[in-house]
Amino acid sequence: MATDVSVIERLPTGIPGFDHIANGGLPRGRTTLVSGTAGSAKTVFASQFLAAGVQLGEAGVFVTFEESPAALRRNMLGFGWNIAEWEEQGRWAFVDASPQADDELMIMGAYDLSALLARIEHAVRRVGATRVSMDSLGAIFNRLADTRVVRNELFRIVTSLKSMGLTAVITAERTHEYGDIGRYGVEEFVTDDVVILRNLLEEEKRRRTVEILKFRGTSHQKGGFPFTVIPGQGIVVIPLSAIELKQRSSNVRISSGSPELDRMCGGGFFRDSIILVSGATGTGKTLMSTTFMASGALRGERSLLFAFEESRDQLARNAIGWGVDFEQMEQDGLLRVVCNYPEVTGLEDQLISIQDEILRFRPQRVAIDSLSALERVSTIKGFREFVIGLTSFIKHQEMAGLYTSTTPTLLGGTSITEAHISTITDSIILLRYVELFGEMRRGLTVLKMRGSAHDKDIREFSIDGTGMHIGRPFRNISGILSGQFTHVAPSEIERLSALFRDEENPLLPEG
Amino acid sequence: MNGPAPSKIVLHLYVAGRSPRAERAIATLRRLCERELARYECDLVIIDVLADPQQAEARKILATPTLIKEFPEPPRRIIGDLGVPPEELLAALNLPYDGL
Repeated sequence: MATDVSVIERLPTGIPGFDHIANGGLPRGRTTLVSGTAGSAKTVFASQFLAAGVQLGEAGVFVTFEESPAALRRNMLGFGWNIAEWEEQGRWAFVDASPQADDELMIMGAYDLSALLARIEHAVRRVGATRVSMDSLGAIFNRLADTRVVRNELFRIVTSLKSMGLTAVITAERTHEYGDIGRYGVEEFVTDDVVILRNLLEEEKRRRTVEILKFRGTSHQKGGFPFTVIPGQGIVVIPLSAIELKQRSSNVRISSGSPELDRMCGGGFFRDSIILVSGATGTGKTLMSTTFMASGALRGERSLLFAFEESRDQLARNAIGWGVDFEQMEQDGLLRVVCNYPEVTGLEDQLISIQDEILRFRPQRVAIDSLSALERVSTIKGFREFVIGLTSFIKHQEMAGLYTSTTPTLLGGTSITEAHISTITDSIILLRYVELFGEMRRGLTVLKMRGSAHDKDIREFSIDGTGMHIGRPFRNISGILSGQFTHVAPSEIERLSALFRDEENPLLPEG
Repeated sequence: MNGPAPSKIVLHLYVAGRSPRAERAIATLRRLCERELARYECDLVIIDVLADPQQAEARKILATPTLIKEFPEPPRRIIGDLGVPPEELLAALNLPYDGL
């Protein structure tokens, strides 16, 4: 990288997403301090660093100051790491420095930690380790009263690890999410590379982030990145802003399922674009996503639907009502429906499971119904990060994504969802109720179509047993988008048309 | 002292090479066995963790010097170069102190 003064080799940790924000991995042959408050997943990080190494064919030594090896073997099994088996195969070794039952420590006179160092060196030689984790420093400082001695000795251990060419992770506690890097002045002996794990409470919702504070003499991504800890995988970092915008942009169009809507969009949606469909409840958003997927099935394309508001049965029944047979599509392998309640899990986990589903099913089309249901379970920041992460992921796969979003009011209005993600999506379609002489009708307009001309009318739109039908533009009514309808006399329309003869239609007075 | 007099005393001292600290601890224990514990059969074993790290691993030794009184039970563990008066050391090890 251009910013590197010298070339510092990286050791890919194998922790999903982390190497991305670390620009390749931890600095090889050095010790990185991983600091965090209680419950910030330090032990998981330390274990995963070794586990991922074992899976890459590198042996590791785990020095535990706190939990017993037995407890670690048991706790880490849930992440799919069979430590006991790796120990048998000589790919993992514990150095047990956890408190012992008979260990009523009495201190009489001067001491050092040569025994610990000798044990670590012995374990490293025994398994041929390239990685070492030490977890966590606070425990040993607590047990041995002399902080200065412990600090000096740990410095000696870190120096020794370095001379053996090992890449190491040392965890340390901190008392506050923002403030000193760690207690006991640990940063004094591990100064080059610092990673901070945070477990924040924002608006009563837990949010985990990882930040690389520094990698001396080399580059990394700045700022906090959300991560999640999931069974069977461990830590998964979501490298949002580190995601490169390198997705190719295609000019290939795909059908929305409605020839008229395709025409309004200038020939259909782009194959690798994200379309946001916004409207009040009952305006036809689910219909639009159903049509979108049915259209894919007609062309032999696979669709994946994530539904957060309705059950499978409900969805299938709705679809039948519009002449679309979900069951048949599923049997043909052209559709997969994933239903769950957004409250079941955090957004980070939701993102990971959506990504897994997409990678497994490899669809050409993805629909999310609705995105606003997910907004409920998150902070605005977390939600925005989720949408960016998801959008970027979908675009990388070169597939089309359709998100629906529910507006909170029946007439007019925009949702928080739109306010936060409208710049991220490529196309926006608005569905609105229109009150026309004592009757409720539906209106549809294409508000945005990135990279293409589009129809700017607000068109009437109806729903029947064969799906959606787009009709004529509403000509004698204005204020549809704001929900403040005004009926305009035909003569007035002519007069306005004359005024703006070369202009676009006089729509969108506000909103 | 408490309990009946032990028939035998087993002391394991873990050191890292022949450092001044190690020498000091060894000298203190030798003196203890020769004087204060002269009435007992006293078994003092010196283990060099640099030469024998497996032993240190087995007994989970962290610091050096570490003294473990292995017998009589229960074991007692003391860290440091033992620069304290003998009666204090014996009390910490829960061994009889007969005066002299």
